[in-house]
Amino acid sequence: MRALVLWAGFALVLMVLPLIFDSVLGVSILNQMAIAIVFALSYNLLLGQGGMLSFGHAVYFGLGGFLAVHAMLLTETQTLAIPLVLIPLAGGLCGLCAALFIGSFSTGRAGTVFAMISLGVGELLAASSLILVSFFGGESGVSADRTFAPPFFGVDFSQDVQVYFLAAAWLFVSVLGMYLFTRTPAGRLANAVRDNPERARFLGYSAGRVRFISFAVAGFFAGIAGGLFAVNYEILTAGNLNAASSGQVLLMAYIGGLGVFIGPILGAVLLTLINSLLNHYTTLWMLYLGLVFVLTVMFLPRGLTGLLMLHRVPWQQGRLGLLVRPYTLTAIPGAVLVLSLIGLLELSQRETGPFVYLGIPFAPGSAVSWLALLAVAVIAFVALRRTLPGLRAAWAEASAQSPRSMHEGDAP
Amino acid sequence: MADALIFATLNGLVTGMLLFMLASGVTLIFSMMGVLNFAHASFYMLGAYFAFAISQQIGFWPALLLAPMLVGVLGALVERYGLRQVHKSGQVAELVFTFGLAFLIEEAVQLFWGRATQDFRSPAALDFALFTLFGQDFPAWKGVMLCISVSIFIGLYFVLTRTRTGIIIQAAITHPQAVANLGHNVPRLFMVVFGAGSALAGLAGVIAGPVLTTFPGMASVLGSIVFVIVVIGGLGSLTGALVASLLIGLLQSWAIASGLGMADLLALLGVSFPPDHALRDLWRLTLPQVAPLLPYLLLVLILIFRPSGLFGKRES
Repeated sequence: MRALVLWAGFALVLMVLPLIFDSVLGVSILNQMAIAIVFALSYNLLLGQGGMLSFGHAVYFGLGGFLAVHAMLLTETQTLAIPLVLIPLAGGLCGLCAALFIGSFSTGRAGTVFAMISLGVGELLAASSLILVSFFGGESGVSADRTFAPPFFGVDFSQDVQVYFLAAAWLFVSVLGMYLFTRTPAGRLANAVRDNPERARFLGYSAGRVRFISFAVAGFFAGIAGGLFAVNYEILTAGNLNAASSGQVLLMAYIGGLGVFIGPILGAVLLTLINSLLNHYTTLWMLYLGLVFVLTVMFLPRGLTGLLMLHRVPWQQGRLGLLVRPYTLTAIPGAVLVLSLIGLLELSQRETGPFVYLGIPFAPGSAVSWLALLAVAVIAFVALRRTLPGLRAAWAEASAQSPRSMHEGDAP
Repeated sequence: MADALIFATLNGLVTGMLLFMLASGVTLIFSMMGVLNFAHASFYMLGAYFAFAISQQIGFWPALLLAPMLVGVLGALVERYGLRQVHKSGQVAELVFTFGLAFLIEEAVQLFWGRATQDFRSPAALDFALFTLFGQDFPAWKGVMLCISVSIFIGLYFVLTRTRTGIIIQAAITHPQAVANLGHNVPRLFMVVFGAGSALAGLAGVIAGPVLTTFPGMASVLGSIVFVIVVIGGLGSLTGALVASLLIGLLQSWAIASGLGMADLLALLGVSFPPDHALRDLWRLTLPQVAPLLPYLLLVLILIFRPSGLFGKRES
């Protein structure tokens, strides 16, 4: 019953979102988010649920997308009339076929060998996409026009909002499908094989076959994401299946958090926002993204949702209140430190003119601006060093008393 | 034909030995710490950029020495304050960390030097032809590259097999616990090996920067090839890394020089296809076109049929 309410709530949110963010930019970002969420969740089936680190997941996304564009072209040339709502399915089937083929030889081993095969296959396909011009379109890619498809109950998908509802429907179906997959015996076994392949083998399950099933399902949903991309952008280029694209999805899933189902969703939403909003303000956003990623791997091995989940024990114990004061005390110098460091980085990129940062004008050439920012950063750092022990002590007090809480992971 | 073959072989040797300078570091680090270092090629790029910056101030030759040392110190710091922290979270986290580091270094390089290609040149004193064969010049700088990389190989071999440090390193690879019990500081040894490996990559960057152009994408161009080499040679095998480096270097160089293609093969077989055939791209393939693909093709084949690599002893 509770689950039903949750899913109905999810559907309701999907319906209401375009009414709130009804600007052109808003709808375009929502579309990107839908695509990214499906892609990141499919990656989570590999790494989070199945323990397979892939450096070439964009292959299935890209192949699905390219096939979807070609399917749209078939409609355009009136060879076949495929309704636009079914185009993502075509992408998904293409992703599934590719994953069935590549998975047949790559899922026998996990760990480093699997990671290296995925890297090799990814590079192989990215390089061949520039050679096989008739399918991949070379440097310029392949483009199609979605409005040639037969109207779907009078909707011709000429506007982005109409595409949003198509994407949202596929998003809902995919998220539900992937969630249900993690509940099937195959999905459960994927977790078992991830945690202890030897034990799973002793129970009579072939670790390779279990991984193969997860891999194929992940390829299918990545293909659906690629199909959605094709419908939304009407163009696919070699950049959609190369290593950078595979890296992006790894970043999304990891920053969001791999252990929990909604982790990659959070990561996809966050990274899409960063990608599309931050690059209006700064040229350094990729650097910030890299910093956030490396710091996440170092200090939050289970991502942002992992951090949130750490608060479950204090919450259940009713001791969340203990954390409010130390959190506020640490957050103030922490925020000042981060803001002053960002200010320094941005200042280093400006050559002329006053640089207005947080309402304060800085002069790129003057030593005063530099020294002021530096002094603020140093003071904030020292203050942070002094408040951190208090936070740690509060954490220990709030979360470590019942023996059950020992399993809930480490305090930060 | 003979001149093309000789020059292709020479160029292949230069590339192969350069690749070995990177692959040897990756191999040593992997066999000690079990981490495949994705950021290794980024240290190579840093070497080139540091050398470019230093050579503009005090000249090329000091840069040849200083830049690798700087990169080595940076590598040691990364091991001490980054990798050691991540080690607790397991192998996948370590691999992901080095991946993130590679991403970060590429962005940092763009922050300091911008996206454009840098005008990093080999010293003017070496701007002459070492020898001329069939009317083609072989630049002296490539000879220097070959000399440096071969002497690094000999030096590495000597250090690892004939010195006390090398023997402790070899022991720490297989029996870290026992080495620690004998009173050696194994974590510090890890840091030193990581730093030395990074310094080697940095040196490779210094000597390759002028030839292969110094630009922010130079790490990703070479990075995945180095991985291919390490896996083909067999994870953890230095001999394997050497053989695979030369193999890849020569294979690519020959493929580019040959100029043969599917069209020649089809002509030989007496088969022809209409120009608008559905698979026309396949029938028009040439070896220079597929040269960048060859390493990855080899990698996938090796991993399917012999996952331990050419000289590897163990899997994964």
